[in-house]
Amino acid sequence: MRHTIAILLENTAGALSRVAGLFSARAYNIESLSVAPTEDPTVSRLTLVTRGSPEMIEQITKQLNKLVDVIRLIDLNEGRAIERELMLIKMRAIGSEQREELARLAGIYSGRIVDVTESSYIVEMTGDSDKLDAFIDTIGAKRILEVVRSGVLGILRGTKALRA
Amino acid sequence: MSETLRGAEIFVRALIDEGVEFLFGYPGGAVLHIYDELYKQDTLKHILVRHEQGATHAADGYARATGKPGVVLVTSGPGATNAVTGIATAYMDSIPMVVFTGQVPTHLIGNDAFQEVDSIGITRPCVKHNFLVERVEDLAVTIKKAFYVATSGRPGPVVIDIPKDVTANTTEYVYPESVEMRSYKPNTRGHPGQIRKAAQLIMAAERPMIYSGGGVVIDNAANELTQFARLLGYPVTNTLMGLGAYPATDPQFIGMLGMHGTYESNMAMHHCDVLIAIGARFDDRVTGDLAQFCPRAKIVHIDIDPASISKNVRVDVPIVGGVNNVLCELNRQLQEANVQPVNRDSNAWWKQIRDWQKLDCLRYDKISTLIKPQAVIESLWRETGGDAYVTSDVGQHQMWAAQYYKFDQPRRWINSGGLGTMGFGLPAAMGVQLAFPDHQVACVTGEASFVMCVQELSTCLQYNLPIKVVCLNNRYMGMVRQWQEFFYDRRYSHSYMDALPDFVKLAEAFGHVGMRIEKPEDVDGALHEAFSMKKRLVLMDFITDQSENVYPMIAAGKGHHEMHLAPGTETVRELA
Repeated sequence: MRHTIAILLENTAGALSRVAGLFSARAYNIESLSVAPTEDPTVSRLTLVTRGSPEMIEQITKQLNKLVDVIRLIDLNEGRAIERELMLIKMRAIGSEQREELARLAGIYSGRIVDVTESSYIVEMTGDSDKLDAFIDTIGAKRILEVVRSGVLGILRGTKALRA
Repeated sequence: MSETLRGAEIFVRALIDEGVEFLFGYPGGAVLHIYDELYKQDTLKHILVRHEQGATHAADGYARATGKPGVVLVTSGPGATNAVTGIATAYMDSIPMVVFTGQVPTHLIGNDAFQEVDSIGITRPCVKHNFLVERVEDLAVTIKKAFYVATSGRPGPVVIDIPKDVTANTTEYVYPESVEMRSYKPNTRGHPGQIRKAAQLIMAAERPMIYSGGGVVIDNAANELTQFARLLGYPVTNTLMGLGAYPATDPQFIGMLGMHGTYESNMAMHHCDVLIAIGARFDDRVTGDLAQFCPRAKIVHIDIDPASISKNVRVDVPIVGGVNNVLCELNRQLQEANVQPVNRDSNAWWKQIRDWQKLDCLRYDKISTLIKPQAVIESLWRETGGDAYVTSDVGQHQMWAAQYYKFDQPRRWINSGGLGTMGFGLPAAMGVQLAFPDHQVACVTGEASFVMCVQELSTCLQYNLPIKVVCLNNRYMGMVRQWQEFFYDRRYSHSYMDALPDFVKLAEAFGHVGMRIEKPEDVDGALHEAFSMKKRLVLMDFITDQSENVYPMIAAGKGHHEMHLAPGTETVRELA
């Protein structure tokens, strides 16, 4: 099953490689990983998406907790959470018919066209991963020039907060 | 009052303030400032090894025998890479160690400088934690943190990488009394509700089994374990790492378990209804086939590391906490409940265990004209009154030492259990002998393992370490040969030790005493003679029966009830 784990990490050199190294050393898979400092510059927040059986997810969270640089973590699947991903997608857009259709599709998915040339669009889009996948499917591989995705960001609903 | 000191001075002062007694090391370019400071003082004793692997194993042996952290200093590049095997060895067995590696100056890091290697990157998967000290201002507090992390919670090795310029720069020296780390807060107290639940389950057991491991030794909980077992009268087995935590000569002890465990221990594991796992981690060499592991048992697991719980085997009552703390609380509850120990004479479970014991699974040929390795270990046990520190290398000799030397005290049996590092025994014995200069220290080894760190014989001479080396020389990598005999149709691929040195001359060349023993009737006398030479290292080369195998044996991936027994005992296997 797919799990999203949010981790507060000491913002020190090498901390990220400890997390990444743990996954490769123990043969766990990382589907996506995003990391940036929080409002406290000594703390980084990392959101990690992985897949595994319940036993494997339990081991993953325990092993992550064991890393000395990990301050706190939460498996977002255990509560109600909001997940978002940002995508920038560059598409071939030639001819008025195609350009109109792409603009319309982007609108349906609440995307914004942020760059326009004679033959291309770049669309900025946020949403959960399924929505971004669906947009990519809708556009079709032939028209896509480049895709860049941020990886998942996650946060719990309500007042409960993950803080250092 | 604080003083302004150079990094190298801070290093030495901090170790002294931390109470470090011995520093095992080897100099090189990146650590020359530190070595210069070591030269100027005589509080901190530096032990010059002959290879950095030896330094880490010696520090490790010291830590296992004393419970105090072992400390190592090596230079950058090859100094650090040579130390990696010893660091990984300590990591797998949860041994507290602080290893300092020199590093090229900060401005050269990443430049492929002479003797530069990414020590932090290389050691990351085999340390509890590691630090790169980038500023001299951080040096003292980093050292404090390293000792704190290495020795608390589930202990382990910590590496500190120190660039050369950091040891030359100056700052004010203050050694912190203690450190707080928001990201590291080990929990030692078990959950009271879980402990109560465990006590109920334990007291209600009909076929109980106590399975205890290295965690009991590490947490100095041997007395608490012994009290716990005696309050209940339950059978006890120890893992390879846990030997000595419960006295082996006690009638409640039924031998080691696992791949080369006793028949009775493994059968009791297979048939028990409540398994009490204490400071043990369900290693594959212990469990065998997980699908067939303790099929009838409810399992209580006490461990300080939450990640060890339900990693390999799902448990019914997990208790996260220091085994010492948890056992004290359990013992209190058992006493409060006025529990009475089971009567071993009338109890049906003990009767069953006695039946299994009748098989006498550790029996071996005592009238052979060749020296049996088991007989050498038994003779060693008699000669040392069962009270020696025994280190070992890895292989058949290690298993025989574990099976036949009956350890009655913790920290006396010192071996590389998790990583299985050949070459561990001699340097580990150095660390032990330095810690206990007047105690008998034996290194049980084989002719293959021994030469892996043989250079340390030179260190032994320099520091007058009268270790007694018991080399069980069967001219084979015995355990490899045994597997090839069982599982590869006797194709002994590269397991024969050809062109062996003359070990007597080898010992003499290093300034020690060498002995060769070829007849069974000479074994006792040789050991006695060797141990009478209290000031000398004696290397005893026992020419043993080449065909001897370690029994019982559970093949990898088999269940506890599927043991190979020594030839001659096969006929009674239906007991299973």
